[in-house]
Amino acid sequence: MSGNHDNSSGHHPEPQSYAELRTKAIESLLIEKGLLSTDAIDARVQAYEQDIGPLNGAKVVARAWTDVEYRKRLLEDGTSAIGEMGFYGSQGAEIVVLENTATVHNLVVCTLCSCYPWPVLGLPPRWYKSDAYRARAVIEPRAVLKEFGLILDESVEVRVWDSNSDIRYMVLPERPQGTEDMDEDALAALVTRDSMVGVAKAKTPEHAA
Amino acid sequence: MNGVHDMGGMHGFGPINIEEDEPVFHEEWEGRVYGMVTGIREEHDVYGPYGSRHYIENIPPARYLASSYYERWMLALEAALVNKGMLTAEELDARTRQFGDDPSAEVSRRADAELAARVRRRIYAPQPLEQEAASPPSFAVGDAIIVRNIHPVGHTRLPRYVRGKRGVIARIYGAQGFQDEPTTADSSPQHVYSVVFEAGELWGEGAEPNQRLYIDMWECWMDAAR
Repeated sequence: MSGNHDNSSGHHPEPQSYAELRTKAIESLLIEKGLLSTDAIDARVQAYEQDIGPLNGAKVVARAWTDVEYRKRLLEDGTSAIGEMGFYGSQGAEIVVLENTATVHNLVVCTLCSCYPWPVLGLPPRWYKSDAYRARAVIEPRAVLKEFGLILDESVEVRVWDSNSDIRYMVLPERPQGTEDMDEDALAALVTRDSMVGVAKAKTPEHAA
Repeated sequence: MNGVHDMGGMHGFGPINIEEDEPVFHEEWEGRVYGMVTGIREEHDVYGPYGSRHYIENIPPARYLASSYYERWMLALEAALVNKGMLTAEELDARTRQFGDDPSAEVSRRADAELAARVRRRIYAPQPLEQEAASPPSFAVGDAIIVRNIHPVGHTRLPRYVRGKRGVIARIYGAQGFQDEPTTADSSPQHVYSVVFEAGELWGEGAEPNQRLYIDMWECWMDAAR
């Protein structure tokens, strides 16, 4: 492991869980057998802890808000348009982008496991992987959205996308009002992870931290 | 398989637990599991043709429900490694006990710069998905379809809640290799479609208003509806 837990005194702050012990056992055996290396495992962890996350998707959205031609390409062929920004790789073989409007609200779920567009959003949050979200998003999306603080009028069509194949979905949220003078960087700061899964709208300038 | 992992539409799981500003990994071991699974499956054929999901879905139901996301990954990884003979259950149990008995024991370490570079490269490399199907698409956008009422015993990407339901072809995607264990078709690429269902077709009178459900469908799961 990273070596930042110094247990040389023999006092561990709390008993280790079964999962923790088991994981140490598996990692040790794989490394001793030459099947994996410490730095190879580190590479995967660090990529998603430090590099690949929802900021990628936010840049894509901000560009789509300011560049009409890019927006068109993004909706027609998400994978290529996202690739133009330099984002592709694991769990991004094909990314389809869904446009939220004043009358259509898209929401993404994976009921069978937890498929998620890693190159643009990073690894999914716990709630996305939770049994509750997987079970409920398809049968009562409005009730789910309400728990996220989003109440949609009945006139707004809710489209739920169950990502069961190898295609991954990302939502293009609506550009908030009052952002006409903002540049791409400022706009990207309004684009949250949740707004690209479809459980929230993008932040308004007043609510941007 | 009609397993507990096929959760769409189930009741009883309670509210969504939303955590503000959560870390990518809540505990260090989660990251190690993530790194091991994603690192090893590109290097070695650990999981076989149906991937890690075959093993995740075969975790006994009570254990599946009691396990966290990364615990499921961990259980699937060890099951696959044992199944492939890459390690034995006995050595795994023995080593787990050792770590429990000696909290100061360190995980074995080994560096392999070449392997790490390969793993890193794959994280960022394009992974083209579209494949060639043997025949042109059987359905066109706007066609009415009915989903076959099938119950494959192995891994399937067809959730229960759409089986036997009527939908409409919304989009035609490129072909993808068929992912189900071969009970209905072989693994050759087939056309994949986005199919839209009215919420009322899926959930009856209690469905929420003005809702539609889109799901990806391999061609062999559908028949034309009259």
